[in-house]
Amino acid sequence: MTTGVPRRLAQAVVVLWAAFTLSFVILYLLPGDAVLAKLGGEAGTTVTAADIARERAAYGLDDPVVLQYGKRLLAAVQGDFGRSIATGEDADELVLNALPSTLAITGLGLVFAVVFGGAIAIVGTYTRSRWLGNLLAAIPPLGNSLPPFWVGLLLIQVFSFQLGLVPAMGSDGFATLVLPAVTLAIPTGAIIGQVLAKSLRTQLAEPYIEVVLAKGASRARVHWGHALRNAALPALTLVGVLAGNLLAGSVITESVFSRDGIGRVTASAVTAQDIPVVQAVIVLAALFFVLINLAVDLLYPVLDPRLSGRVTAKAVSGV
Amino acid sequence: MSTLPLRAAGLLAVLGLAAACGGTGAATGGTGDAGPPRPGGTLRLGISSNPDCVDPQQWGTNAALNVGRQLVDSLTDQDQTSGEIIPWLAEKWEVNADSTSFTFTLRTGATFADGTPVDAAAVKTSYDGIKALGPKAQLGNGYLAAYKSATVVDPKTVRLDFSAPSAQFLQASSTMSLGILAPAAYQKSPEQRCQGEGLIGSGPFVFESFKANQQVVIAKRKGYNWGSPQWKHQGEAYLDKVEFRIVPEPGVRTGSLASGQLDAITDVQPVDEPQFAGNGFTEPVRANPGVVFNLTANTTRGVLTDAKVRQAVLKGVNRQEVTDTVLTKNYKPASSVLGSATPLHADLSKELAYDPDGAKKLLDEQGWVPGPDGIRVKDGQRLSAKIIFSLVFNQNQSVLELVQQQLRKIGFDLQIEQRTTPETQQLTLAGDYDFIWYNTTRADPDILRQLFSTKAGNRSKLTAGNPLDAALDKQAATVEESARRPAAEEAQRLIVEQAYSIPVFELTQVWGLGPKTHGVGFEASSRMQLFDAWIAG
Repeated sequence: MTTGVPRRLAQAVVVLWAAFTLSFVILYLLPGDAVLAKLGGEAGTTVTAADIARERAAYGLDDPVVLQYGKRLLAAVQGDFGRSIATGEDADELVLNALPSTLAITGLGLVFAVVFGGAIAIVGTYTRSRWLGNLLAAIPPLGNSLPPFWVGLLLIQVFSFQLGLVPAMGSDGFATLVLPAVTLAIPTGAIIGQVLAKSLRTQLAEPYIEVVLAKGASRARVHWGHALRNAALPALTLVGVLAGNLLAGSVITESVFSRDGIGRVTASAVTAQDIPVVQAVIVLAALFFVLINLAVDLLYPVLDPRLSGRVTAKAVSGV
Repeated sequence: MSTLPLRAAGLLAVLGLAAACGGTGAATGGTGDAGPPRPGGTLRLGISSNPDCVDPQQWGTNAALNVGRQLVDSLTDQDQTSGEIIPWLAEKWEVNADSTSFTFTLRTGATFADGTPVDAAAVKTSYDGIKALGPKAQLGNGYLAAYKSATVVDPKTVRLDFSAPSAQFLQASSTMSLGILAPAAYQKSPEQRCQGEGLIGSGPFVFESFKANQQVVIAKRKGYNWGSPQWKHQGEAYLDKVEFRIVPEPGVRTGSLASGQLDAITDVQPVDEPQFAGNGFTEPVRANPGVVFNLTANTTRGVLTDAKVRQAVLKGVNRQEVTDTVLTKNYKPASSVLGSATPLHADLSKELAYDPDGAKKLLDEQGWVPGPDGIRVKDGQRLSAKIIFSLVFNQNQSVLELVQQQLRKIGFDLQIEQRTTPETQQLTLAGDYDFIWYNTTRADPDILRQLFSTKAGNRSKLTAGNPLDAALDKQAATVEESARRPAAEEAQRLIVEQAYSIPVFELTQVWGLGPKTHGVGFEASSRMQLFDAWIAG
């Protein structure tokens, strides 16, 4: 599946273009109108048709669709997604300013998820206690079925309101990161744990394990050194996919924890049908996804030297 | 996305209630033994939505106006109880006979935060600036619809001229939407001012910082000494700083207040209100003036073309049940199309009494007979109309579901249809609705002209020259209460009698204050006034 870098880049460009185009089509077909949403205000009584037309023209929304698409695509290629119709700020700036806060919770969330999922899978498959094994096997489906906002509110209630350990809101420092990251990590970690446990069990049933054990390796050595290494590949692939889910989860998590971030920006932009901002978010998310998958692909050979050989051979012969 | 977190918030409220009863012993005393106000300190205030724009001249949302009110002063102020217009930056004013020319005499000594004086030239620059914003001034655009020009008579005197009678302008001059900004502010673009850049007013607080979706911080203006006469003290504000923290989840807002992470919050949800009853917390409450939440009928569509049908719907709504069950005792059933806090409000509660029998009688007379499913039919047509609404107020859905059940009892089928705010705006402007559901905050009866006059919003799609138009024009033409009151009352009576609008309940601001927080007040439009607010040490 891994091939030369130029081909990967070409794929990435196609993905980004598709994301841009699809979002344009969908947003253009949506009923409603960002200009109306903005001018309507609370009263919404004093706006005339002429006002709306003028404002629409100012944002180029009165051009034919094809022209709008061309203009926007050309600008987007240069990194300009236009101005937010709701607030007048640069759409790309708006999104980029919100990015660090989201990256902080999703990054930490991913770390927690890997640790949490890994621990469930490794302990669950290693233990000889039947009840502990069963208990750990039951956690992933449970973790995955809990609604994130409910988990978030519960965590706030216990750790912030009752125990007073962390603030319930804001984005200042590590203390405000922990709970949102845990909230994001629970469903994600559950999936990682489930997949990893399954592939660990598969690996442990393979004949080579018998060989390693026969050679006198300890159970722990077999588990860590051999089975886990081979079982990690499917789980790693999954991490790539889940990174996207984490980003989606931030919409709810950021609202519950009163944080700024991509999720909040997206939610309000969608509500206001603020096309430039929504598009900037979609293209950024696509870019993020492409990069994560690229990173996962590059990590494969590190875990499995056989793949490394293949990549080198192909890369050499492919060019 | 909005209903599920809401339910979760309800659950949290129950948890929080248990916590409030069991643990926190911090809540002591009440507000009575608060002692004299103490200067200093920071008020941490939880608000429910991002202001988007902190320039009060541009945005019309509560989140934006609650911040903006603290930063700007206005030419006049409005007495919260009497609704009377009183001096502020202007000591006095004169209005010509047909309310087209307003001459203000400014007080001396007031300055903007950049040190420049609040003089006639600055007032002119500011008003011209608002006019230039056009529809970007979401509320000011309406207030200044007929604004022609401002003339600097002398440094202390400024005259504002209008092309049509604008009695409403006197009240508008008291709002933060027409608050005065320093001339330097207009060298920045509207977008920059939205983010606080160049947002220089003469108010008791100055803008400090705005982080979207996080917080807005304002700080005390040193040397401020030109407060409105209706405020409880003069001189500088008590608080050093106010941090408006943006906390969208209602459950987190209430929990943060209960656990002492916030000093005050806005928008306490009906389900959370019991938490703050009688345990040291105070709950400031004030109904919004302006048009109440109502079903405005499009009189040109379907069954609603018949006045008798509309009147039946008006009688078939049990307003008391709405406030008793879906809302709380803090919310009032509508007693007119205007809220009771609006100046010149007419008490029409008798006309708005629940009368299902009267409703059925009207429908019987019109030949609507109950069909097999209880909904009335006539000539194969069902007695049915659709209402469009958006979730600007969290309880809207529940209120409308209850109204739907109530109307079912008289054989009327109300179909409720939730839309996004932009969609509602679009349908409203296009006139593409049977009923629309909304409210509008404005402490002046002229809001009825803006919504119902055939020369303005005309939301009921009436024909020009109807008696309502005449009454609305009459109240717009004079600031004299003796002449204005009968016209305004007639307008309210006509709207209710003809059931152009079916008023339901008054939107109410419900806030929560922690045990140490005092003096957080309402101005006449039920927006926040923090000048007298203080925190016990």
